[in-house]
Amino acid sequence: MTLRDVSRIRLERRLERSRAAAFAIPLLSLILASVFGGILLTLAGANPFETYRAMLVGAFGSRYAISETFVKAIPLMLAGLGVSIAFRMLFWNIGAEGQLAMGAFAAAGTALFIVPHIPPGLALPLVIVAGFVAGAAWGIIPALLKAWVGVNEIITTLMMNYIAILWIEYLFYGPWKDPQGYGFPGTAEFPAVAWLPRLANTRVHLGLLIAIVAAAFIWLVLSRTKWGYEIRVIGENPVAARYAGISTARNIILVMLLSAGLAGLVGMAEVAGVSHRLQKGVTVGYGYTAIIVAWLAKLNPWAVLVVAFLLAGLLVGGDQIQITMGLPASMALVLQGIILFLVLGGEILTQYRIRLARPAPAPRPTDAEGAPS
Amino acid sequence: MTTATITQALPAEIRRSRITGVVLLAIGLAIFLLFGLGLEGGLTTKFGMNPGVGSQALRIPDVTVPTAATIYLLSAVSVFLGAVQVARGFKRAGVVIGLVATFFVIAFLAWAARGKSFNLVGILSSSVVRATPIALAALCGVMSERAGVVNIGIEGMMLMASQAAVVSASLTANLWIGLVAAILTGALLAAVHAYLAIRFKVDQIISGVAINIFATGATSYISSRFLERNVDLLNNPGIFKPIAIPLLSKLPILGPIFFENTIIVYLMMILVAILHVVLFYTPWGLRTRAVGEHPKAADTLGVNVFKVRYVNVILGGAIAGIGGAYFTIGSAGRFDEVMTAGKGFIGLAAMIFGKWTPIGSFLASLLFGFADSLQVKLQILRVPIPSEFLLMAPYIVTMIVLAGIVGRASAPAADGTPYEKN
Repeated sequence: MTLRDVSRIRLERRLERSRAAAFAIPLLSLILASVFGGILLTLAGANPFETYRAMLVGAFGSRYAISETFVKAIPLMLAGLGVSIAFRMLFWNIGAEGQLAMGAFAAAGTALFIVPHIPPGLALPLVIVAGFVAGAAWGIIPALLKAWVGVNEIITTLMMNYIAILWIEYLFYGPWKDPQGYGFPGTAEFPAVAWLPRLANTRVHLGLLIAIVAAAFIWLVLSRTKWGYEIRVIGENPVAARYAGISTARNIILVMLLSAGLAGLVGMAEVAGVSHRLQKGVTVGYGYTAIIVAWLAKLNPWAVLVVAFLLAGLLVGGDQIQITMGLPASMALVLQGIILFLVLGGEILTQYRIRLARPAPAPRPTDAEGAPS
Repeated sequence: MTTATITQALPAEIRRSRITGVVLLAIGLAIFLLFGLGLEGGLTTKFGMNPGVGSQALRIPDVTVPTAATIYLLSAVSVFLGAVQVARGFKRAGVVIGLVATFFVIAFLAWAARGKSFNLVGILSSSVVRATPIALAALCGVMSERAGVVNIGIEGMMLMASQAAVVSASLTANLWIGLVAAILTGALLAAVHAYLAIRFKVDQIISGVAINIFATGATSYISSRFLERNVDLLNNPGIFKPIAIPLLSKLPILGPIFFENTIIVYLMMILVAILHVVLFYTPWGLRTRAVGEHPKAADTLGVNVFKVRYVNVILGGAIAGIGGAYFTIGSAGRFDEVMTAGKGFIGLAAMIFGKWTPIGSFLASLLFGFADSLQVKLQILRVPIPSEFLLMAPYIVTMIVLAGIVGRASAPAADGTPYEKN
């Protein structure tokens, strides 16, 4: 093919999204991503087939592996659900990371300083509620600024991430640091009554159930209630929503309460379900990965659960190849990035079709100029 | 602005002006209550006016002030300005706010360094250096958002550029090649963002987040796989040395702050000036702003909306690339994982604080750079304020600014919206 032939390839907008393409293209992107990743692995001097096998085994190959993948998936599920409901109405909540930090802070504060003074039966509900409320409270600030003053939420939610992360760092490096912790940056261990119950001998905790319930709740709200209808209208056509008398301001506030509250639950689940203390490493980017989860899942709550599980598998598998193959764990992040870009590219193909333009019937004047006469 | 045509102040404006006055009064009182109360008498604070050894600047005497009297005076003047603002209102309230904020900082420093000395010029010159990546990120943001494309991938662009700089400078033993590599890397990632956002109207937030995640993964991978094992070959480029500008560097105070810097700092300052002129005094700048505010109108007038957006986003990425080079070949001399540490995001905050103008962004970056160096300095002075709180300052200030207390900052009207030609 000559260069001019290539220039005849054109993208045309599809009038209707084809259903087959909507399924085939993400799959194709995934396969292409594996090929690209394989090339990178080969360049890095590793056998791609062995590496992929090690990743799969590491993530899904045993009961233990699957349970570890679930442990990583829970925060992605909850945060992904939270982010997706806000994105539904085009409210760009980039602040899940900060909201989960505040959820972790409130859950830890409750578990350390309130739980010892209340009946044990109340401990767990109170810790869970504290996580939700703190996340929601942190998220309500950008929501109010957007609803009342019209401040762009992308920047405010982003800024508030840093404030929240620095705040919890201050706590576990400073006043809340465990005096018996040998200088380790973290609080003392929570009383056992404040731990989320675990599933039969694994590290999988109650958070999984919370995530499934949350997905069902969001699905019900979106498909069966007037509120969900309003959210969808605002997301699809803000102008129509205004003419229909739907209050955007009220919905922004309500949706952010839910969105940020769910992110708060992530922080709660991480400290009360996994580490049993507030420590360094609560904020490892789940809030940002959640954005990708929500987007890959096309904002569908059930799909969020599935995508979160698969991405968690990629991360756990990445940790495994570090141990078994001696490859850096960040390989998983690279693969995640490649998949992301290819799915972004694939998304284009669900909206456009590639068309070869018909050869021009007569040579154009520009062609004649260069031709010998 | 419209205020010029309105002869009578609106009630809302009066209310805002009163609120500003109350805030000023509160700051004035806070200066007294926080720093003035319970101060031992007879203490002095010495403000150093000379940089460290090795500077070419003419030496001038350091300033020694009585701590308590200084704080009382600053508090009184702030309260007075606040009272005038409440009663009558200043024409340029922004200037007064800036002044009182500066008083607060000086009072704080006088208190923090009571009975000791504090090198004022030293901290100001390190503020400029630390402001450099923030300002470059902000300029990248200004370019692309003025043309209507939101870019939250700046952080990732800087990160990849910083690594590209280290590797190519180490391999070729030439820092300039490293700088060029950083610029190209930034531009390349920006081109990806532009292509996705402009041509295919992929959501700009998603595209930006994807760039950040990809950059974090790719740089960490390359770092742990290659750089750490071949430090001498790949991760040991050296750094640009400061260049003293003849004559100007001899100026006391200003010389060490602005004219004894590395090429990257100078590039930043030059770019601020160039972008200011380009954006507000050239046809290209007019087109850029038109495309960011009302692309349809610009299109009708024959402006190629897509071309303007592509060029701005990609050149913005090149500027972010220079910001990336700062981290490695401009200061640290090696690459560390995620070493940009959120500076790209602070740059976005600086852009907003600076109301989407190059000079405003630069001044905001200086403020953030100052907070950054203050934080380091105060740890040395053993001031009992946790460093985390000082690190929070830029973000809190941005939130306050955004909330509209210090005047409204509003984005270009078409910011973030893809243009659909029909």
